[in-house]
Amino acid sequence: MPMLEVENINTYYGQIHALRDVSITVDQGEIVTIIGANGAGKSTMLKTTSGLLKPRSGCIRLEGEDLTMLRPHQVVTRGVIQVPEGRRIFGQLTVTENLDMGAFTCPDKQKNRDNIERVFQMFPRLKERSKQVAGTLSGGEQQMLAMGRALMSNPKVLLLDEPSMGLAPVLVDGIFDTIRKLHAAGTTILLVEQNARMALQVASRGYVLQSGAIIFSDSAASLADNEMVRKAYLGEH
Amino acid sequence: MGLIGGVSLVILALVGIVEAFNERQIIADVISMGHTLLLLTAVFVAYLTAARSRDLGAGRSLGNVLLAGLIMTGMLAALVLIGQALNLRQVFINASPTLYQMLIFHQESLGVGILLLLGSGLLMGFLTSLLHSAPVPLRRVLIIVLISLVIGALLQDLLQPIFGLWDPLTTIGEWVFETSGLSVHGAITLAVLVAAFAALWDRYSQTVRTQIRSLPSERQRNLKWGSIIVGLLVLLVLPNLLGIFLSEVLTIIGLYVLLGLGLNIVVGFAGLLDLGYVAFFAIGSYTVAILTSPEIGSYQIGFWQALPVAIVFGTLAGALLGIPVLKMRGDYLAITTLGFGEIIRILVLSDVLRPWLGGAQGIARIPKASLFGFEFSGPQEIYYLLIAGCFLVGFVSWRLRDSRLGRAWMAMREDEDVAQAMGINLVSTKLLAFATGAGFSALSGAIFATKLGSVYPHSFNVMISINILCLIIVGGMGSMPGVIVGAIALVGMPELLREFAEYRLLIYGAALVAMMLLRPEGLWPEAMRKRELHEG
Repeated sequence: MPMLEVENINTYYGQIHALRDVSITVDQGEIVTIIGANGAGKSTMLKTTSGLLKPRSGCIRLEGEDLTMLRPHQVVTRGVIQVPEGRRIFGQLTVTENLDMGAFTCPDKQKNRDNIERVFQMFPRLKERSKQVAGTLSGGEQQMLAMGRALMSNPKVLLLDEPSMGLAPVLVDGIFDTIRKLHAAGTTILLVEQNARMALQVASRGYVLQSGAIIFSDSAASLADNEMVRKAYLGEH
Repeated sequence: MGLIGGVSLVILALVGIVEAFNERQIIADVISMGHTLLLLTAVFVAYLTAARSRDLGAGRSLGNVLLAGLIMTGMLAALVLIGQALNLRQVFINASPTLYQMLIFHQESLGVGILLLLGSGLLMGFLTSLLHSAPVPLRRVLIIVLISLVIGALLQDLLQPIFGLWDPLTTIGEWVFETSGLSVHGAITLAVLVAAFAALWDRYSQTVRTQIRSLPSERQRNLKWGSIIVGLLVLLVLPNLLGIFLSEVLTIIGLYVLLGLGLNIVVGFAGLLDLGYVAFFAIGSYTVAILTSPEIGSYQIGFWQALPVAIVFGTLAGALLGIPVLKMRGDYLAITTLGFGEIIRILVLSDVLRPWLGGAQGIARIPKASLFGFEFSGPQEIYYLLIAGCFLVGFVSWRLRDSRLGRAWMAMREDEDVAQAMGINLVSTKLLAFATGAGFSALSGAIFATKLGSVYPHSFNVMISINILCLIIVGGMGSMPGVIVGAIALVGMPELLREFAEYRLLIYGAALVAMMLLRPEGLWPEAMRKRELHEG
């Protein structure tokens, strides 16, 4: 059974049909990426998965359990955590307080301490700055913090929304290294990216979303070789 | 700078505030409060000028400040001259001969008076310039002395009853104060004492602090508890010391502290801008009124039975208001809640509901509360009721702030979407914030009803909501000590300085603008806000 299953969802913004019969699956421990142009519906896709938007039809399942009708905070307690687009850390809280906030759903204090240790091991930079106000971190560090905060609740599936957005090219490499590390640690990841080249390098499988519908799905390697994908999303001729 | 200062001085003079303040003497027969106000404004502007032209070298800086002083007094002089020639009263009703008399220091001849005025501008500029170039500790001491002289004189009313308590004190009081304002020798003594104290404090505060810190932790804790107990005792005996009028002021402050603590939960903790907060205050008052007064309704239960009902009603109303505004943010929320506050006020005012709510006449004959034979009748007794309420509400909000719910509020205030992504149930978190705040507001409403013995619709207008919001902003958003400081500054001070009453809104506005510019985090900010504004 796949970890996360999205089946034929249709999401609307008022009259606008934003997602048309989108179906994807993510297996345990896998990185799956959704690539697509601006406005193709990538973020809508993630928001529907995390419960922020309700699909008109279709169904979302985590390990077989139906999440479709759950409210966003209930989806979080089931183990689907979204790292929102544009990082959105709590700028006025310290790094540690941000991480504590990530563990909001988890009342077990000992476990939270272990989790913080784990996050600090993965991101030593955050440990160095644990007392610093998060708004004063660099963009790359803020992205690390946003991911670390999401990890605090022991997610089964991590939804990453444009983690490389607005970061300098050097930092983008760092972020994708981080994603590889998370993968190595066994986290299941659904990655939405405009930077298709990098996304296809870390992912095992990929979906191409265009105007709200999936037009291709294949292994990441074959997508990267696909003539049409190369032209439209990788900028090759 | 001089021009800006001059314009502000002329405006101050024309709105009549100077003349009104002139009734009050700071130092008897030497300087009145009107002069002080003008002087303080001028010194402030001159000081800013000095600070701005610091890099220009001593000579030019002095020149600039003198020029600013001259411009400011020059504009006042021009006002006097124009006022002599034309009748300005048709436009500015406050431009009276008394004002001109006061501006030229009550001199017989106009020429001498104006020269005196200009000279005082130069002198003021020179002194300010000196003050600005004085070494930091000296400067601080001087500023503290000036401020405490003004405050000392203003608080005369407050101090008078205390002086009356004990004969030696009475003698001291009579020596320091004239009928209005400080006496000359009193002012000098006070200045010397304050200066000595400030200088000593400047030198030794660090050592005292380190000494306290180096004490064993147990003694430190004893010291802390000791000071808390002393503080409590002072709070308990305060009304007996201060007499009826000041106790009344204290109860008003207490009422606003209670309201402020409640709104602080909604606005400060949860970040929901609620402008209809007075509605719950009204609901609390009217619930108690209906349940206890023999005038209306068939119930006549005691205050203590009605109180929980009022709180429950308030809390429910808070949650009910919360439901329709769940999805609103910022400005939209503010406008909607503003509307809700008005709805409640108009409902209690309406003739249709008169048989149940009393209409414009309100509900009277609300019995006083009593406990074990102790009747909370006058302000000195109601005070204890309010103190108890404040402690209860303060304790609850302190515990709430550090709880899971408090963290959820904080996350929601910082970023609603992310809070949701962290697994926070926005619906219940928001409703709980509205409901808790409303419950506290209803509690203060209930006390308000028994304090006055009657309730009227006009007691619950939108200004109350705005006052409470102002005191939270001035005190420091989200900070509980800040609420108390803000209530004393914005509610207590105007009560003490009756001359202010007419200019309350003007002063509110000026205070808020000054706060936002000089100390945006509030007088007693919460640790986190401070961080946000000074590091981030």
